[in-house]
Amino acid sequence: MTASGSVALELVQVRKSFGPVVALRSGSLRVTSGSIHALVGENGAGKSTLVKIVAGLYQRDGGDLLLHGQSVDFSSTAASKAAGIAVIYQEPTLFPDLSVTENLFMGRQPVGAGRRIDRKAMHDEALSLFKRLGVNLDPRRLAEGLSIADQQIIEIAKAISLDASVLIMDEPTAALSGVEVDRLFAVARSLRDEGRALVFISHRFDEVFDLCDTVTVMRDGEYISTDAIAETTSAQIVAKMVGREVGELFPKTPATIGEPVLTVSKLERAGVFHDVSFEVRSGEIVALAGLVGAGRSEIARAIFGVDAYDSGTVTINGTTVPGRKPRAAIQAGMGFVPEDRRQQGLVTEASVAHNVASVIRSKLSKLGLITRSSENKAAGPWSGRLEVKTNALDMHATTMSGGNQQKVVIAKWLATNPSLLIIDEPTRGIDVGTKSEVHRLISELAGQGMAILMISSELPEVLGMADRVLVVHEGRITADIDRADATPERVMTAATNTLGATA
Amino acid sequence: MTTDIQRTQTERSYPSYAAPLWRRVLLTREFAIITLLLVVFFYSRSEVPNFDGPLTIYYLLLDVAPILLIALPMTLIIITGEIDLSVASIVGLSSVLVGDLHQGGMSIPMAAFIAIVVGILCGAFNGFLIAYVGLPSLAVTIGTLALYRGLAVGLLGTTAVTDFPEKWTDLAKQRIGESSYPLIIIPIIVLAILFVLLLHFTSFGRGVFDIGLNDEAAHFSGVNVARTKFLLFVMAGAVSAFAGIYFTLRFGSARGDNATGLELQVIAAVLLGGVSIFGGRGALHGVLAGVLLIGVLSSALRLDDVSANVINIIIGLLLVASVMSTSFLSFVSRTTAGMKRRATDGSPERQRASAHHEGNKS
Repeated sequence: MTASGSVALELVQVRKSFGPVVALRSGSLRVTSGSIHALVGENGAGKSTLVKIVAGLYQRDGGDLLLHGQSVDFSSTAASKAAGIAVIYQEPTLFPDLSVTENLFMGRQPVGAGRRIDRKAMHDEALSLFKRLGVNLDPRRLAEGLSIADQQIIEIAKAISLDASVLIMDEPTAALSGVEVDRLFAVARSLRDEGRALVFISHRFDEVFDLCDTVTVMRDGEYISTDAIAETTSAQIVAKMVGREVGELFPKTPATIGEPVLTVSKLERAGVFHDVSFEVRSGEIVALAGLVGAGRSEIARAIFGVDAYDSGTVTINGTTVPGRKPRAAIQAGMGFVPEDRRQQGLVTEASVAHNVASVIRSKLSKLGLITRSSENKAAGPWSGRLEVKTNALDMHATTMSGGNQQKVVIAKWLATNPSLLIIDEPTRGIDVGTKSEVHRLISELAGQGMAILMISSELPEVLGMADRVLVVHEGRITADIDRADATPERVMTAATNTLGATA
Repeated sequence: MTTDIQRTQTERSYPSYAAPLWRRVLLTREFAIITLLLVVFFYSRSEVPNFDGPLTIYYLLLDVAPILLIALPMTLIIITGEIDLSVASIVGLSSVLVGDLHQGGMSIPMAAFIAIVVGILCGAFNGFLIAYVGLPSLAVTIGTLALYRGLAVGLLGTTAVTDFPEKWTDLAKQRIGESSYPLIIIPIIVLAILFVLLLHFTSFGRGVFDIGLNDEAAHFSGVNVARTKFLLFVMAGAVSAFAGIYFTLRFGSARGDNATGLELQVIAAVLLGGVSIFGGRGALHGVLAGVLLIGVLSSALRLDDVSANVINIIIGLLLVASVMSTSFLSFVSRTTAGMKRRATDGSPERQRASAHHEGNKS
């Protein structure tokens, strides 16, 4: 391990193109040992490409890559690992059927007499690693069913056992709960204090300011700036990331709030959510806030009928919707933009037209028959209204950016002319520009009288968009807060405390 | 209520297709198979002795009829990402039922009707276990392959029923007028049209593709995934039973081991026709060409005195080559598309870059 303060990893004007597409124009980064360095930027800014070059997954086209002052070339991930670089991804890929210990030592099991794997040595080493990290994990249990937080800890333990001097964490907190983030940060700090260099990629500025010592901003594949955390503010960072003033992030327009559209009454599913009752009125944006895992998405999925519930009723415009029947929910006037758009929202390997027309097929059919041209005719205007970026309607959604895919999903539901639109994480993984487009759209839809039920983990989005905030904690609605009274403190209190504030 | 979004600027409009018509038609697996079929057919007509005889087409169609029939529902099943290995056993069971019931004094139409009902029940049993219980179709239909075959052999033992009335056995071999086409192609054409409409021109068919590409997204869009799969297996059962009746009458023989191994011929033809074994991709015209290609090729080779083993080797190699050609075709398609994009449009770089970024992350 090198002394704290020396430069551990340095990239100077690294370039990378994929055919005609330039993913990284000029990537520079200078990480010192014994510090935590934040790397921030919009989606598509080139962070992941940069990380993959350091990890040995991609080879750079130009520029310098120096490790502890020496120029290095990684032809493979193995070479990068051997040089002491470890990358912890957002969702680690462990072997679910192997034990924690076996995962830790995958490919480098210690061998004893007769080249047999020395299980005892493995087990002891795993125990001591976890002890050192201060986490309580049983090395003998199977990796299957471990939380993402625990899987990341295993990856970190692996990195330490390899004595990595540089650890890169690519959005490690995206799927973690508050307690898990705290534990991860404690581990990160102790690694820093051991003199290792850490790179932390995150979209959450509170975390960046809480954990990191230095921050580097990237935009459009280029290095923008590096500042000490103490000498900058999140507003400055956002301005650098976007390269322009972010005007109204949440352009909420006033809407007339009318009759109740959705009435949920005593919805219950054992172990998931309990006694959930609320209303969403026409023109109203209601946000379901709360921590990840509180049961917000589960409630929404049950309302729409993709998941079952044990008891309770869902009524829309006065008609009770049967459970476990998405088609019935759609016919009753519901639309649902799900959380995971690549897996649930879209058939990515099908065309834009196929996707946009996918819910209104029965309306497009004549005598039971549907043609591609009728799908195109219906899909064209909707794609246009949402300004979907595509060359033609038969292009597949696979190659689109997250924001563009989200527009396709929204177009598909707007085509059904719903009276209630449920949107789960409307802007997750979407760049800032498209984000405000989506916000403006949601606001406009409410203005036209649509009832909106929005789920969001981003507090500013919740506070900026919602007419009313329902806070979910451990499967129960613990607060119903009006727009005027909604403050971050009130929402967070209700989200973390069962007996929290009631409105 | 209206959901029109007012925009001051004019809305963007899109061309329907990115590629010109010739590329969308010519650069497909289906087109390649149809071309190959025509090439092999016309080559055999001019070069293979006796291939241009009046009876060649007639026997060829009689032989491939059961495969053509069963390939129709099988295509839809494979597009949803499932598979049905029990079809040949249903053919066998249906054949035995016709023979057994006829021996017991029942008329042929009545026996055939019962055989089709039993075929539907067999398909429904497969479909129930796969769609509603959620078991993997490969495992379920390996099981029912043995089960239905066992029932068939159990009913008749090693004996065969051969005393079918000539009226009915002749019907199975009947020609349309004086032409060299057998009568059986009429129900095949009718069913083929129905299946083409079902797969390519109904919202049910769109759902079939959605299920194969991403069943979770299909479920989230209101496609009834379980019911769709269930119905497909029922269709496979019904069509297989019909093929069994034809098989019995054509050969005038009901035996427990009739059509053993036919399921693999059907699946091979479906895959040769351009259907992806992973689901989500394929078209019925390609499948029909695939079945006929195998038929023409084996018929021509047989007339050329090539032994059955060698014919199997050639068809096996053809299948492997056709599966390999998928990657080749998509490579060609990607390269030419890339050249075109560079030539006409310089702007999508940013879009592609971020798409790339996203794609790698997930």
